[in-house]
Amino acid sequence: MKIYATYNIKGGVGKTTAAVNLAYLAAAEGKRTLLWDLDPQGAASFLFRVKPKVKGGGKALINGTKALDGAIKGTDFDDLDLLPADFTYRNMDLLLGGAAKHPTEKLARLLTPLAAEYDVVFLDCPPSISLVSENVLHAADILVVPLIPTTLSVRTLDQLSDFVSGFNGRQPQVLAFFSMVDRRKRLHLETIKTLISERPVVSPTIIPALSLIERMSVERAPVTAFAPRTAAARAYRDLWSQLTR
Amino acid sequence: MMPETQAFVLDGASDPLADVVAALGQAFTVIEERGTAGSGSRRRTWLDTFDWRLHVAGLALEHEQTRRGGRLILTTTAATASTTEQPVPGWQSSRPGPPADLPQGPVRDAITRLVAPRALLPAAKAVTVRTTLRLLNADGKTVARLLAERTTVTAAPSGPVSPAVLPPLVSIAEVRGYPAQARRAAALIARLPGARLASSGVFVAALAAAGHRPGEYTGKVSASITAQMPAAQAVATVLLDLLATLTVNVDGVIRDIDTEFLHDLRVSVRRTRAAIKLLGDVLPPEIATHYRAEFKWLGDLTTPVRDLDVHLLGHETLAASLTAAAPSDLEPLRDFLARRRAKEFRLLTRGLRSTRFRALTHDWDKALREVLDARPRGRRQPKASALAAERTARAYRVIVRRGGVITPQSAPESLHDLRKRCKELRYLLEFFAPLYEPPGYRKAVGDLKQLQDCLGEFQDSQVQREEIHDLAEQMLNERTRPPAATLLAMGELAARLAASQQRARDEFGLRFTRFAGPSGEQRLRALLEGQPR
Repeated sequence: MKIYATYNIKGGVGKTTAAVNLAYLAAAEGKRTLLWDLDPQGAASFLFRVKPKVKGGGKALINGTKALDGAIKGTDFDDLDLLPADFTYRNMDLLLGGAAKHPTEKLARLLTPLAAEYDVVFLDCPPSISLVSENVLHAADILVVPLIPTTLSVRTLDQLSDFVSGFNGRQPQVLAFFSMVDRRKRLHLETIKTLISERPVVSPTIIPALSLIERMSVERAPVTAFAPRTAAARAYRDLWSQLTR
Repeated sequence: MMPETQAFVLDGASDPLADVVAALGQAFTVIEERGTAGSGSRRRTWLDTFDWRLHVAGLALEHEQTRRGGRLILTTTAATASTTEQPVPGWQSSRPGPPADLPQGPVRDAITRLVAPRALLPAAKAVTVRTTLRLLNADGKTVARLLAERTTVTAAPSGPVSPAVLPPLVSIAEVRGYPAQARRAAALIARLPGARLASSGVFVAALAAAGHRPGEYTGKVSASITAQMPAAQAVATVLLDLLATLTVNVDGVIRDIDTEFLHDLRVSVRRTRAAIKLLGDVLPPEIATHYRAEFKWLGDLTTPVRDLDVHLLGHETLAASLTAAAPSDLEPLRDFLARRRAKEFRLLTRGLRSTRFRALTHDWDKALREVLDARPRGRRQPKASALAAERTARAYRVIVRRGGVITPQSAPESLHDLRKRCKELRYLLEFFAPLYEPPGYRKAVGDLKQLQDCLGEFQDSQVQREEIHDLAEQMLNERTRPPAATLLAMGELAARLAASQQRARDEFGLRFTRFAGPSGEQRLRALLEGQPR
């Protein structure tokens, strides 16, 4: 079972759209795929038309009174399941902190039994640096980091790299990519050019800022599913093939 | 818990799918799902051996062919169904073949040991057109799927049949995490007039539509006799059952589908000959005399090919057991056996296509039916139960008497003779099995079987050893002589068979005492006395 986490300290950078589309592409290849919507806002759950509700809330999942697989919902797509968000996930730090032993490894331990059922797991993470993030680093094999091409994104990437390299444990591989790119903006193009050439962890794949991607919230489906022949879908396919290379 | 599927058969309705969609419309938005893997048309072939080995083991094997390619689907038919799948692109299921002919994969691995040495045959063929509909909740989320299937049966075990359309089948497939919605949908369908839960799979329904059922052939004796039946009628009923088994195997022998058609045919012949010998006196005298000779001819006709089959079937195992010689040393022997078999097989098929064979089966059937239809001859005609008790007890006494005088110094022929007598007793027990209480019957046969296995190993080892000597002689007389390594390997085989024969001989005393001692005798007496009068 390979675990990918879409993660960034910043919010609104395209984590959920990446997680939803990449998870769909994995499932379309026949890989048994699970997407865990860890963000209490529940955007990924909304996109798959699943109610952002877990019986017993995050507490029941974290302390083990409700098994993870009992909360899983099938999506409309073959081989793609979703573990929905719940508003109580906003207190996830407290819930994880309450674990008596190994509070930073709780998510990884919860996911272990799912290995028999899934080939791929995506964790769609809330924006922050917190105990949740530490748990995600412990669990994930690959950290997929969307970046908006601004000067600040350089700083974000540095912060994230420091966080991962200072992490005490098995460090996940990091793959950053530019998201919500507006090719008409010189700043975007310059930042992309510089970072791709200077930072090996930055992918040459670019996800453009397209209204079709925003339309996902109207269609409530991955753009790779409802408009598979478009530039947006192509970009996500390129990203997925780079992740699986 | 894994999502479940609930299936319904829809009888009688003119447009059943429209009725189903209308009913489901009360709770869901129903839309068609296009382009999904399970939708569209597929050709289906169910496969099993002639004697239904997969069915008996609780399995069903299907080859499904769609535009996307072919796959094998192995399903357990138990309550907790599980499925193994294997893609088999380009593989054809229309011709019988051994499981070794299947492409490598999990399905082949799961069935090979179970099926061998039999071939897989198409048991039924059908074309299924499936439509998938999605049931949506108020958020537009798919919460269940409706799979509607229309199946047309095109072939049965006997071959192509005129197309028969099965009643439509609809199933509700649960989407994970939405069990209540699937239950609701199933309840809405269950309320429709003409809807009933599908009690068996499409395979069974397809067979039934063509007048067949799974497991319909078995090599066992299954004559419907009763204790009160006049003895002659009971014997004729048993013999007709044996004739039916014999006849149904002829085509498989001639087409050389697998070796077990000939085996079952030969068992029928042996049983028939034993029945004529041990029970034939209750039939009109001229019948017994004539057909005793005819069935001996048929038995002799089939012996050479079967002997060679036994050698060839056991070849791999024997070759693998060699220690001094290499398995490849025996290749010339296998080639020689295969050439001999091809020659003997031509003689066998000529015999089975002959007028003599056709007359034998036709006239024998006619003669036996005349016995069935004849009025009982006088009051002295015994009942089936009396005949069974008397002949079985007599056969048992013969074994006890002859086996009791066998010592370690006795000639091998005395053990061979005892084996034949044991076979006769076994056949008698099988012929009259419907008259006995099943637990007592199983015990009596169990005791006997152990003794038979021991005697069988003794004789088979000797026969095979002698045959290896004969084969070596014959190979030396061929134009190209076999390599010395082959003859040495055959020598090692002969030595192994001699050791196995000696082991069987050492075991005989124990097996015989268990069968013929006081407890064995008591079990048989209880069986015979317990039968209804």
